[in-house]
Amino acid sequence: MNLSDLYYRLKALFPLGELTEQRPALAFITLPAEFLRPTLLHLRDREGFTHLVLLTAVDWIEEGRFQLTYLLSNRTQACDIGLRVMIKRPASGLATMDSIHDVWPTAATYQRELREMFGIDFPGSPRIEEEFILEGWNDIPPYRRDFDTLKYANASFNQRPGRETRDPATHMKQQMYPDMNPGGTT
Amino acid sequence: MSMKPELMKRMVKGPDGVEFEVEPLRDYYCEAPPTVMPAAYSKIVEDLFNWARAESLWILGFGTGCGAIEMRPLMTPRFDAYRYGIQWRPTPRQANLLVISGYLSVKTLKRAIRAYEQMQSPKYVVGLGSCTINGGMYWDSYNTIKRLDDYLPVDLYITGCMPRPEALLAGFADLKKLIKAGQGEGANKYAENFAWYKANQKQVIHDWDMPDYNW
Repeated sequence: MNLSDLYYRLKALFPLGELTEQRPALAFITLPAEFLRPTLLHLRDREGFTHLVLLTAVDWIEEGRFQLTYLLSNRTQACDIGLRVMIKRPASGLATMDSIHDVWPTAATYQRELREMFGIDFPGSPRIEEEFILEGWNDIPPYRRDFDTLKYANASFNQRPGRETRDPATHMKQQMYPDMNPGGTT
Repeated sequence: MSMKPELMKRMVKGPDGVEFEVEPLRDYYCEAPPTVMPAAYSKIVEDLFNWARAESLWILGFGTGCGAIEMRPLMTPRFDAYRYGIQWRPTPRQANLLVISGYLSVKTLKRAIRAYEQMQSPKYVVGLGSCTINGGMYWDSYNTIKRLDDYLPVDLYITGCMPRPEALLAGFADLKKLIKAGQGEGANKYAENFAWYKANQKQVIHDWDMPDYNW
């Protein structure tokens, strides 16, 4: 299947954004959030993209947006298409997006993960309120980029003193060729 | 934090139709904290016991991190740890050695504590790989503990990322020496410093929904 042909077929139906062709069998399309569901249904039922490979998010903190990527696969044509949706990212509290668990039941699991790790809510998704991986989490969602992992780790856990960090390249050079000058020649 | 619903006091109807009250924390678990097990009445007897303990290390088959993958070649013919009296057991009740095989997330720590407390004394803990020593490559992770000996009494660490099966065999040989020398006192250390260990455990496990002692 030629993915740019598919893009122009879709564009006649939905107001799509730009097309990014990654490889011959993988392309990404940006589109407004309100047209995600009809596009997904069209791709699933008319174009043979029957498999939801993954649903993931990117935190564009500078732009105040979350990017959701819905990656679909057409198994018979062996090609993948990713739908990118930008949603508003509140500085604190949950972002909200429509759930697609009725289109692909597996999406419910991804949506639980996104709710816990990014703080993106999908109202109506099954078990969305339940803890997914973390238990007793008491801070902002850890995959948000304003979450300081090192600060949290130092505050929560005792570090063992005496830990050193070295640059692997220089350290191995010194270990293996101790008589070599830092410049590179002996 | 509230207890799990199955740990709440409740009325249960038995198969014979009789209703009775169940209080799981009292009925299913021992409320008493662990106690120090005194040595045998004579040194020569204790030495004999320690020899026997050292020569039958039964490991709980509980892999916490990527290090668990090193135990499969160890238990199969290539490295064959069974020839040293080391074998893997499916339940904590049958095991006396808990190998924490790699990084330990807070969620797994909860299960590891339960497993450790259900093992019978004398019992030993071996920390495998740099993750259990100082966090290893997860030193800045939000979700893994950095020092295993804050939470469980570790008898021996085996360094490496990951340690090869040969390193594990050498480590088990060292553990045997420790036990034969009467230094495998982890369970007693845990009983003596029980409050300290519990405080450390509860500091990282925010949803403590189980009994204090899971025996």
